[in-house]
Amino acid sequence: MADVRNGIATRAGAMILAPVGWLANLFDAPLRMLQRRTGSNGMAVFFLAPNMLVFGIFVLFPLVINILYSMTGGGALFLGDRTFVGADQYGRLFSCGSYLDPKSCTEDLFWIAVWNTLVFVVLQVAMMVAVALVTALVLNRELRARSFWRAVFFFPVLLSPVVVGLIWRWILQRQGLLNLMVFEAGGTPVNWLVERSWAFTATIMVSVWAHVGFYSLILLAGLQAIPKDLYEAAEMDGTRPLRVFWRITLPLLAPNLLVVLVLTLIRAVQIFDEVYVLTGGGPGTSTLFLTQYIYEVGFASMLRNPGLASAASILMGAVLVVLTLIQLGIARRNEQRGKMR
Amino acid sequence: MSRVAEFLFRRRGGASWHWTDVFTWFWLIGGLIVMFGPALWLVNSSFKTPAALAEFPPTVLPYVTAEAIVEGYEEPLQLFEVRNDDGSVRVLAEVRRLGTIAQMVDPANPGAIIRVNIRNRTPKRSIAFALDNYVQPFLAFDFFLYLRNSVFVTVVATLITLLTNSMAAFALSKYNFRGRSAVMMLIVATLMVPLSVILVPLYSVISAMGLFNSLWGVILPTVATPTGVFMLRQYMLTIPDELIEAARMDKASEWQIYWRIILPLTAPALAVLAIFSVVWRWNDFLWPLIVLSRKEVYTLQVGLNTYAGQLNVQWHYILAMTVVTMIPVVLVFIFLQRFITTGIAGSGLK
Repeated sequence: MADVRNGIATRAGAMILAPVGWLANLFDAPLRMLQRRTGSNGMAVFFLAPNMLVFGIFVLFPLVINILYSMTGGGALFLGDRTFVGADQYGRLFSCGSYLDPKSCTEDLFWIAVWNTLVFVVLQVAMMVAVALVTALVLNRELRARSFWRAVFFFPVLLSPVVVGLIWRWILQRQGLLNLMVFEAGGTPVNWLVERSWAFTATIMVSVWAHVGFYSLILLAGLQAIPKDLYEAAEMDGTRPLRVFWRITLPLLAPNLLVVLVLTLIRAVQIFDEVYVLTGGGPGTSTLFLTQYIYEVGFASMLRNPGLASAASILMGAVLVVLTLIQLGIARRNEQRGKMR
Repeated sequence: MSRVAEFLFRRRGGASWHWTDVFTWFWLIGGLIVMFGPALWLVNSSFKTPAALAEFPPTVLPYVTAEAIVEGYEEPLQLFEVRNDDGSVRVLAEVRRLGTIAQMVDPANPGAIIRVNIRNRTPKRSIAFALDNYVQPFLAFDFFLYLRNSVFVTVVATLITLLTNSMAAFALSKYNFRGRSAVMMLIVATLMVPLSVILVPLYSVISAMGLFNSLWGVILPTVATPTGVFMLRQYMLTIPDELIEAARMDKASEWQIYWRIILPLTAPALAVLAIFSVVWRWNDFLWPLIVLSRKEVYTLQVGLNTYAGQLNVQWHYILAMTVVTMIPVVLVFIFLQRFITTGIAGSGLK
């Protein structure tokens, strides 16, 4: 059966690729001429060029001029039309009475967004890692139809953030499914997305719901790499499950847990899409997070200020660079450990 | 039924139930409900008429409620069967509902308002699927255009991603040239620069190139994915160099080596990248939201968000269009889920 299916797929692939192959052959003659000039090793530059061109124009160049943007003021879009203001934009971001009280920053919403993001990151990352770990442990047991259950938890990962936001808006709305359950249980319906603390809780829950399958997959791969004989030995000694977990599973899973922790941190700092569709940053500014702040200051609000948005994005970028360096460091260490084993 | 249960719950080794088994099943069944339930509820709701959607408590099946024109009210009113305190039942029309109290009138005597607790009434209705929810957005709104734009962006961006990433991966895995490690470092560095960090300058670059409000402005910045280059390079490193040497002996050009030898051998990795790219580009939201400001170029995600953000949300259309937006991803999920999960476990990319 699989053979037949593969055969069909191969033939279909060949049919689609036939005209593409013809087109590719057309390129051969001019590229041979190029190769005569560069030598075969020199063709590496040709193969790299398209990708690096896109990188250069759409990633590196913007990254460099971002710094210039953050030091200019006014609403003009192009750098040439903008006036140099030095560190004023940064000053504005940080003009606060007290950094511990976001409401004391009268000029701007930046500090409110920073605090919201901080609280969100702490709670969401803790919850994400915990739920992903439990799910991975459950999926790692001797289950029938494990791939089905794995798929169950993975399903929301593929959904678009807009769809995720709308699914939950529909459930959390005043006449939604959740209130139906509350009503049936005899409670008073709550306006989930209008009450501040509930709306904030909803952003955490929904983002965990949407992404937890991804992280439990990584942890599951880590769990399956733990040698089975360790567990067999523990079982022979009659060790209790909790003790097995603390003494065998957790220490051996630690490298994977660390990867998941840093990955969730990086994602949580940038949270935007689902929350924007779910709450739009509201009620008030209670679910306004950093990326939405940057988006609104840079593009959406009436008094758009690209320089201010740039300054905020550079600060966020600095945090992300630190987190990514940690991630790469962990990945390298894990790799070396894997080699030593 | 009990056979099925026996099959599902039979434990290997036949030992009695341990608390960890109970917890496992609690977590799995709970996960099944929490993960699939919300999406299923959305699909279910998308077949209801606006009147049925406004109902509280909502029903599981899509019903159409009987309505009547009552003197003194412009809109037709919904009919309900109301149970009186003495147990008798009469048919009343609802004027409006405030919380759990409904204000109703007797169609025969429209002058007097009767206050009824919503627990004491049931709507008069029959089952009907509101397929209009699916048809109208395509006819009366621009959803067909949004769908076309989304398909265009997804297909073109994926093709360009596959081509440029595989070319770069080929150069980085099979050639020795000066600055190769510098290029690798550069690509690693771009991993640290998510889109949200360069929104403003990237927007000005796109504007300067005249790509604002163009689908190409959505496509181009996304095609040079560092994860794609990495994944393909890892895979190409496993292809033996002898194949390339042999081809060079036979006077194959470097382009032919790439096209005829390397690409076919990289097909499994290309397939995984293609699946990922399709899901990424179909789901993209923030960047299209910034680049596309005219309705004619909206993608599905941006269009959906715009309609859902209006003051008077027409939920019956939004729900149906959300289902349409979900379909390609659900298809990918059903048929290609295995590739994706192994891809993630293998490389940790998303």
